[in-house]
Amino acid sequence: MIALDIFGISNNGLLAITAALTGIGLVALALWLAGLISPKSFNAQKGEAYECGIPTRGESMAQFKVGYYLFAILFLMFDVETVFLFPWAVRVREMGVGGLVSIAVFFGVLVLGLVYAWRKGALEWK
Amino acid sequence: MYDLSVITDAIHSFLSGFMPAWLTVTVECVLIGVGLLLAYSLLALFYIYYERKFCAAIQCRLGPNRVGPWGLLQSFADMFKILIKELISLNHVDKFLFALAPYLVILASMLAFAVLPWGNGLQIIDFNIGIFFLLAVSSIGVLGILLAGWSSNNKFTLIGAMRSGAQMVSYELSIGLSVITMVCFAGTMNVGEIVAEQQDCWFIFKGHVPAIIAFVIYMIAGTAETNRGPFDLPEAESELTAGYHTEYSGIHFGFFYLAEYLNLFIVAGVASLLFFGGWMPLHIPGWTAFNHIMDFIPSVVWFIGKAIALSGIIIWFKWTFPRLRIDQVLAMEWKYLLPIGLFNLVLMTCVIVFGWHF
Repeated sequence: MIALDIFGISNNGLLAITAALTGIGLVALALWLAGLISPKSFNAQKGEAYECGIPTRGESMAQFKVGYYLFAILFLMFDVETVFLFPWAVRVREMGVGGLVSIAVFFGVLVLGLVYAWRKGALEWK
Repeated sequence: MYDLSVITDAIHSFLSGFMPAWLTVTVECVLIGVGLLLAYSLLALFYIYYERKFCAAIQCRLGPNRVGPWGLLQSFADMFKILIKELISLNHVDKFLFALAPYLVILASMLAFAVLPWGNGLQIIDFNIGIFFLLAVSSIGVLGILLAGWSSNNKFTLIGAMRSGAQMVSYELSIGLSVITMVCFAGTMNVGEIVAEQQDCWFIFKGHVPAIIAFVIYMIAGTAETNRGPFDLPEAESELTAGYHTEYSGIHFGFFYLAEYLNLFIVAGVASLLFFGGWMPLHIPGWTAFNHIMDFIPSVVWFIGKAIALSGIIIWFKWTFPRLRIDQVLAMEWKYLLPIGLFNLVLMTCVIVFGWHF
């Protein structure tokens, strides 16, 4: 009773490409339409950055606060962990207690990393 | 239970009656694309109206009520207005990346949109790693936002994009962990099978304590993931004008707006898939007559109804809580949600291994 495969197309890659093309097509179509019906006028002031009304001082694509970088590194650690956890998650019911022990050890190592970052003050916003 | 694949099968057999196989597949793909496009834009228009009416009700106002009956045509008028606005060409931006960013944002939400189980027999992409695919494609959106902020060459957009990037990648972890918790319980990553598993009872009732904790974490992280509600500091109007899309004008800005509302729907849709049975009607074990009556409500109505109700909660957050600071946002994720999520996953494993569930 659970029906799969819309139109009987079992090639999911094809469907994913269809969805991706639809997304790109939506943007392209709307841009084309807007280009057709929207007004165009030139004014030198319009090209300026939308800041305070006076020209921007200095470079905007500048070096940036290092705090964001620390969180990005921490994120990488936990995101890779997520990828490793998915295959385990599917099989955990069959693995039983073995699955529980293996995940406890895995999390032990992982939490150690989080506690280290926490104690070092990487989670504080300075 | 109505099976909507009857309709698609009828179209398929009609088309393959007079067309070669390759042409049939092509026509069907075009049909799917048009359907997706219509569903995507109509839902976005509906959501704009829904949020405006919802917040008006919370703030004791009337909301849009002039265009059409009860203001129903307001968002159509808004869409037309945004189409006839000029696309201003700026002379300080990185032209290629600036133009690329809206494509990435829309692409991410469209791919995630196509994975959702719309109804019985109405699911488009059905990979055996469906949920994983969904998480993977939805993280393309962060890239689009970072590109938009960086390529605009403006200080407001840069700060907005950096905040948004830090916030979205952080809360992706919590979303991932609560999804893994439910994948553990379901034992499969296939979206169709996850829905089928919930035929007798939804996961939020079956998985009791860990499922409820996972649901609460998912809703908080999902709100942050869509840059909404108390987590809208990437586009905090009072400090950053409009955050990462400050420099975009006309329909270019509209794409970010569109993707934001659709991401709201996708977050709510995934919540309804993982915790409230996707398109599965409310079934209570043992109540045969009740279950039979519930089956009469079409599956598409169930799915969209659940998603709209859950996104109502997220909209309610937005109009209730004050905005957080960036350090509070990151502390909440890394010091509270992530440890709780890790503990919850271990708890769920215990529940599964020792069989403490029905």
